[in-house]
Amino acid sequence: MTGLALLIPIALGLGLFGLVAFFWALRTGQFEDMDGAAARILIDEEGDGLP
Amino acid sequence: MSVAANRAPEQERTVLVVPGMHCAGCMAKVERGLAGIPGVSAARVNLTARQVAVLHDAGVTTPALVDALAAIGFPAQPRVEDLAPPASAVKPLLAPLGVAGFAAMNVMLLSVSIWSGAAGSTRELFHWLSAAIGVPAIAYAGRVFFASAWGALKHGHTNMDVPISIGVTLATVLSLYETVTGGATAWFDGTLMLLLFLLVGRTLDAMMRDRARAGVDALLRQAPPGALVVGKDGSVEWLAAGQLVPGMVMRVAAGERLAADGEIVSGQTRLDLSLLTGESAPVAALAGAEVHAGTLNLDAPVDVRVTAAGQGTTLAEIARLMEASGQVRSAHVRIADRASRLYAPAVHTLAALSFAGWMIAGAGFYKSIVIAIAVLIITCPCALGLAVPVAQVVACGALMRKGVMVKDGSALERMAPIDRVLLDKTGTLTRGRPVPDPLVLASMGADDAAVALALASHSRHPLSRALVEALSVEGVSAATLEAVREEAGEGVRASWNGVEVALRRPGLAGGMASVLDIAGRPAWLIPFADSLRPGATEALAELAALGAPASILSGDNAAAVAEAARATGLDAVGEASPQAKQQAIAALQAEGHKVLMAGDGLNDGPALAAADASIAPGTASDVGRQAADFVFLGESLAAVPIAIRASRRTMAVVKQNFALAIGYNVLAVPLAMAGKVTPLIAAAAMSISSLIVIGNSLRLVRVAK
Repeated sequence: MTGLALLIPIALGLGLFGLVAFFWALRTGQFEDMDGAAARILIDEEGDGLP
Repeated sequence: MSVAANRAPEQERTVLVVPGMHCAGCMAKVERGLAGIPGVSAARVNLTARQVAVLHDAGVTTPALVDALAAIGFPAQPRVEDLAPPASAVKPLLAPLGVAGFAAMNVMLLSVSIWSGAAGSTRELFHWLSAAIGVPAIAYAGRVFFASAWGALKHGHTNMDVPISIGVTLATVLSLYETVTGGATAWFDGTLMLLLFLLVGRTLDAMMRDRARAGVDALLRQAPPGALVVGKDGSVEWLAAGQLVPGMVMRVAAGERLAADGEIVSGQTRLDLSLLTGESAPVAALAGAEVHAGTLNLDAPVDVRVTAAGQGTTLAEIARLMEASGQVRSAHVRIADRASRLYAPAVHTLAALSFAGWMIAGAGFYKSIVIAIAVLIITCPCALGLAVPVAQVVACGALMRKGVMVKDGSALERMAPIDRVLLDKTGTLTRGRPVPDPLVLASMGADDAAVALALASHSRHPLSRALVEALSVEGVSAATLEAVREEAGEGVRASWNGVEVALRRPGLAGGMASVLDIAGRPAWLIPFADSLRPGATEALAELAALGAPASILSGDNAAAVAEAARATGLDAVGEASPQAKQQAIAALQAEGHKVLMAGDGLNDGPALAAADASIAPGTASDVGRQAADFVFLGESLAAVPIAIRASRRTMAVVKQNFALAIGYNVLAVPLAMAGKVTPLIAAAAMSISSLIVIGNSLRLVRVAK
């Protein structure tokens, strides 16, 4: 029973953390441009000087 | 002074629409190009909306930003505020989806131990924990369904959300009762999982609508109609179409579209009426001639006195016709709603029967109600809720990759039973713009072609621009010219290595043509013609094979229509007014045909709205694109049979999905009515049937081949 008392809050806390992180992402507009986010990773930031 | 001014610059935010962005390379080019302008501090692309937000000093003007983008090859326009994108349909669903996901996973975690045999105080503790997570989560995530069900009930009809809401509410109340009284079974896990699956289906549906709308909006937003208005003192000012008032004088340059109806005050030109009437041959217009909004000025700048604007124009007349002809659309009941009309009464009857049956058998009120609720939970249309949206989303994604944008899922449903296709001629069956004769271009020398390209690039005349496009595609590079001057209505003159050269209209302009003069060499006559879209013949043959024979319904003159009919071997009706097109469709519908209208012009708008389904090319008028269910980008007419075939396969898969979902119910309902269903069985059955439906729908990934 003592194991449960520890593990259940941990499990719920982790889940809650994920939920809060999701709401944070939602609020800071990270779902505004799904296509752009997928494409942005392909942009070569240091590529300017290369031929 | 300058130091202080630089340290605290007035920052402004400008949003530009850049329809040409498609990939990471485009994004990088646009962002770097803009960031390189002095005074611009940041530029951020939104690829979904095809927009770029620029943060800049007050000194940087919007035209400067547009010019900078044009210089790196991206035509851009400032965003028109009243056409700002409508609120996203996905966003309000994301938070409920997150909450349902979180709660379903955590409650499932607790339920697994109960299923494994936890008893006594542990089970009671876990039930209370489940209730603490589940009840608020159900209240929050279920709002989407409760609101929709309440809206339907208030208006006296029912939809899929009514049985969902009843099932969810009853299951929650029963589970709470079980928890409080220390009972053996609570249904929070199943209820939350049901909400999660249904929200996934709902979100997919919304995502599809958002994506399609983003694509169409990007097209719509790029052309704000308006006109340069000449004041009494000779000053000129750009006014939007809505601000034009009868009596104003608009100056319409060659290559511009008229923003209002009017009368030519000075100048003479030829007009292209193809968008308005389908007529392909240019019409000469002298001073005093009556001209209509939407026509394209071909030759020379003219001043036009506005006689009607806004509500009074031919455009507004067409808009009224369109409004009156949307009945077919609104009469169409989506397949999911049709299914739920049968489904909801059946489910509620079954639940009521089980309750009555167990009461008669003497099982007692409590046991009877538990069994009735179990029937409701097990029949909750979980797979049914996914059956339609998943299939449609997958099919729309496949079509979008082929360059066919679908406005919403019901378009696929209406497209599937099509058995007649009516095609507009100018702009739909044909490219809708003049293309220089490829034989003449091929026989030109390299020097001549280079001079022609250089001359044409100095003019905004539609023929010149067509010539630039054709020559650029062939890899010709422009010659260096000096002393270039454009004479309105005549052509472009210049000197090339000391030789006089000119690109001008032919002396006696019969058809559409340009003449290239190079002093000391024979002149080239370059004829222009509107040609059939590539793939037209194959596409028409394929339509016939699909059991949807096509015919031409055009507003163009009989001779031009007859020529197109000869080239394609189709029946054709010419000189059809917008009303006549609408009536032709109504006549076919009265015979029991399902009609697809393919058209692009303003004059096709009412027909597009009246037909069972409609498709327009991306080059169509705003009205055409707005009225059509499908918009295909790219030149080829093959998009039409592709869209029909994809719709038919999608509907076949949707029907299979319904069969699978109902088959699951046929197995599960007798168990529930017998009182044998536990929360474990309910959860397993629900997930398995949903996964099967999703898996079946994923077969549509290659539907648009």
